[in-house]
Amino acid sequence: MRRLFRYIKDFSLWDLLVGLGLTGRYFFKRKITIQYPEEKTPMSPRFRGIHALRRYPNGEERCIACKLCEAVCPALAITIEAEPREDGSRRTSLYEIDLFKCVYCGFCEEACPVDAIVLTRNHDYHFENRVEKTLTKEKLLMLGDKYEKQIAADREEDKGFR
Amino acid sequence: MSDIDIEIDGKLLKAKPNSMVIQVADEAGIYIPRFCYHKHLPVAANCRMCLVEMDKSPKAVPACATPVMSGMKIWTRSPKALAAQKAVMEFLLINHPLDCPICDQGGECELQDLSMGYGAANSYFTYGKRAVADQDIGPLIETEMTRCIQCTRCVRFGDEIAGLRELGAIGRGEHMEISTYVTHAIKSEVSGNIIDLCPVGALTSKPFRFTARAWELKQSPSIAPHDCLGTHINVHTRAGKVMRVVPRENKALNETWIADRERYSYLGLYQADRVTKPLIRVHDHWQETDWQTALNYTVEGLQQVISQQTADQMGALVSPNATTEEFFLLQKLWRQLGSSHIDHRLRQIDFSDQDSFPVFPQFDGSIADLENYSTILLVGSNIQKEQPLIALRLRKAVLKGTNIFAVNMMDYAFNFKIAGKKIAAPHEFIFTLAGIAKVLLPEQADLAEVSVSEEDRVIAERLRAREKSIILLGALALNHPQAALIRWLVHQIAKATECALGLLTEGSNAAGAWLAGAIPHRTAVGEKVKLGGLDAQSMWKQARQAYLLVNVEPDLDCANAVVAKQALAQAKFVVSLSVFKNPLLDCHADVILPIAPFTETAGTFVNVAGQWQSFKGVAQPYGESRPAWKVLCVLGHLFHLPGFDYASTEEVLQELKLSLQRNATTLPEVPGAIIQKNGVMKLSRLGEIPLYAGDSLVRRAHALQSTQAIIEGELLAVRMNPQTARELKVTSEEKIKVRQQGGELSLPVIFDKRVPPRALSIFGGLAATTELGELFGAIEVIK
Repeated sequence: MRRLFRYIKDFSLWDLLVGLGLTGRYFFKRKITIQYPEEKTPMSPRFRGIHALRRYPNGEERCIACKLCEAVCPALAITIEAEPREDGSRRTSLYEIDLFKCVYCGFCEEACPVDAIVLTRNHDYHFENRVEKTLTKEKLLMLGDKYEKQIAADREEDKGFR
Repeated sequence: MSDIDIEIDGKLLKAKPNSMVIQVADEAGIYIPRFCYHKHLPVAANCRMCLVEMDKSPKAVPACATPVMSGMKIWTRSPKALAAQKAVMEFLLINHPLDCPICDQGGECELQDLSMGYGAANSYFTYGKRAVADQDIGPLIETEMTRCIQCTRCVRFGDEIAGLRELGAIGRGEHMEISTYVTHAIKSEVSGNIIDLCPVGALTSKPFRFTARAWELKQSPSIAPHDCLGTHINVHTRAGKVMRVVPRENKALNETWIADRERYSYLGLYQADRVTKPLIRVHDHWQETDWQTALNYTVEGLQQVISQQTADQMGALVSPNATTEEFFLLQKLWRQLGSSHIDHRLRQIDFSDQDSFPVFPQFDGSIADLENYSTILLVGSNIQKEQPLIALRLRKAVLKGTNIFAVNMMDYAFNFKIAGKKIAAPHEFIFTLAGIAKVLLPEQADLAEVSVSEEDRVIAERLRAREKSIILLGALALNHPQAALIRWLVHQIAKATECALGLLTEGSNAAGAWLAGAIPHRTAVGEKVKLGGLDAQSMWKQARQAYLLVNVEPDLDCANAVVAKQALAQAKFVVSLSVFKNPLLDCHADVILPIAPFTETAGTFVNVAGQWQSFKGVAQPYGESRPAWKVLCVLGHLFHLPGFDYASTEEVLQELKLSLQRNATTLPEVPGAIIQKNGVMKLSRLGEIPLYAGDSLVRRAHALQSTQAIIEGELLAVRMNPQTARELKVTSEEKIKVRQQGGELSLPVIFDKRVPPRALSIFGGLAATTELGELFGAIEVIK
């Protein structure tokens, strides 16, 4: 009896039809292909993309050169030099992130006592020269200025879970 | 009294009577948290962090102020003790700001550590915290008084150890503030120690401010290069660069303190005028080159002088701060080349008794032993500035009851009380000592013309009567034009009273120089050279054709810059192994070879008490600088001399030690020059070296230089007693012209009662006063 069923199944190409059925289902289903970069998937506010250094609303840079991010970085990607600024406050004279070393773990952001270093949603960046792998302080601040609205909104959204 | 049995945390311990519970616990390795307690400071018991539970006591007791009693039982980790510690911690944190991320103490903060270990996670305190205004207390220490937890360690350090009431507590309770009584800089040469004492970030190092974090620093042990003690230090480096210097505990030498000179001299290390590449002079301007070319050029130049003249035309001068290995290799090189003109005693003038010197300058007993003398006679020394840490020992001795007498050329205000003093102008200085000697040796023919004063009798009687006494000779006495006579007199006094003797030499390694043979009349073994060479002064006066200078700035490091300049100007070939550039050498040297300072080379310093202390290089060589011992070895090779195959400083040291045995030669039996009144000299100069002008490294440490200006006052001035001024008809407003050995200089006048009559005090070791020549000697005022 069982053998008979197998013969019928084999000769009627039943498995093939099942497979074609699946293909057919997807063929007529609503498509989810995203036309990147014109279209993008929704993102978590916790997304960890390229780094940025933030400023206070009055334009003062947040970073106080406490070097906790440098200490916590598991990939040793952050390099900081600090010195007193002219007004006597503690500031970095050099803040560099090596993007080749960075593993985007986000520890730097968690360690930061003043929310200065953050990981933005921006992940589709590129560079053409090797030197550009190092994010300098100017670049980081520039990125911060560029994405500040989004960064602030994301932190606000995630506030309750921190 | 016998030891007492006590029990801490169930451990049975033996304790010395009168000791405190915390001391016993520390010895047994049981940690009790503390802020105000420090083993070298008196007990204050005001932080209450060390509360522990004691049986039969209803309340917890402070371990630092509870003396041990027989059968006492203490629990340091019981629920009651922990609750008390937790409560105290909460109180301490009430007013402490949460600014750890910008605080330099962060990462090495006692408050941070203890609040992690003993504090609670949250606080009941919800009100505003207090804020305290900061004070500017000088270029060395940064204050952030809001962080202060009122442990008063700094106040007690000032009171008890440094002997200057610089800081004090004002107000009570919530309003208590630590403040300087006088709002200007702390005028102490050991003030930096309060940075280490401060358990929080209220007092931090100003030059170090914000430059590195505690966890980034690598700590390496080293030996301080500026005092004759060989202070133990820890050098903190980051990426091969020296970031700061902190003390390393050594009970016998420096306890837990170091002088500001040792702490901040590292600031000079990376100054712009550091030599980074070998330089040779080509057609009268400097050209950077590689080591090989520079060394070959050096050898050719010296060989030319040897072949055209003789090796006798070469002189070598070396800084007394060089390492023993450098001294040894330099004298080996020089003597194998055929010259014995080598010396390290750059600021000394009188060498007439050098043959009867012991193997190295005498110092009886140990440094720590200085506390135990009942009488100390200080001869020609501004000890607080020359050797700040020995001054701390002397202060400790005075507090124990020692009588210190000072025989000096200026009435210095020390940080300890002196029992009596005799002050005389440099040209009359010898009579002050002769008076004391005459009381003890009335029959001595040489002293026939000397008159005796009442003070002489007092001092002499004290030295004779007490069991244990010592005479200390400072830099001013050793650099004096009659130094040999001073040493002879001191020796006579010491012999007559059976007291000990100590020479506090300039530089960090004068003893090493004597032992290694960097002196013209003896080789490394202390053996007499057949044909003695010229000493530091004669080498300049009887100008040589070639000079080799090892870390010497001739205008600032030598006793007489005028003759040094003349000698250098006429010399055919001048080689300078130097850490820094120097304007005079820029003009007259032919080769400048960059050598490494103490942080970048291995070596050994021998302190005055004869302790050999080796250290290793802790930082990366700056630019192309190389350790001087390696440079000297290579020079030996290039001259094809045998015996320069050393792989390390240990091998050099081994060779030196093998041949060395301490001779028991006694101090000078100088032909007793008859001591008589010198009628010719009316006015003499006292050329003290200012606090931070002793060597090339200190002179380049900017923070020390600005501190020096505060402590010493106007550097370029003539200080004189008002009485002298009346005789000379000089008022304080005007500038006067002084003439010494042909050099003339116009300087403002400052009235200073510390200066004895018939003496003018003008600082030496400064570029502006080099024209005057020798540090001591006849001087006249021309209006």
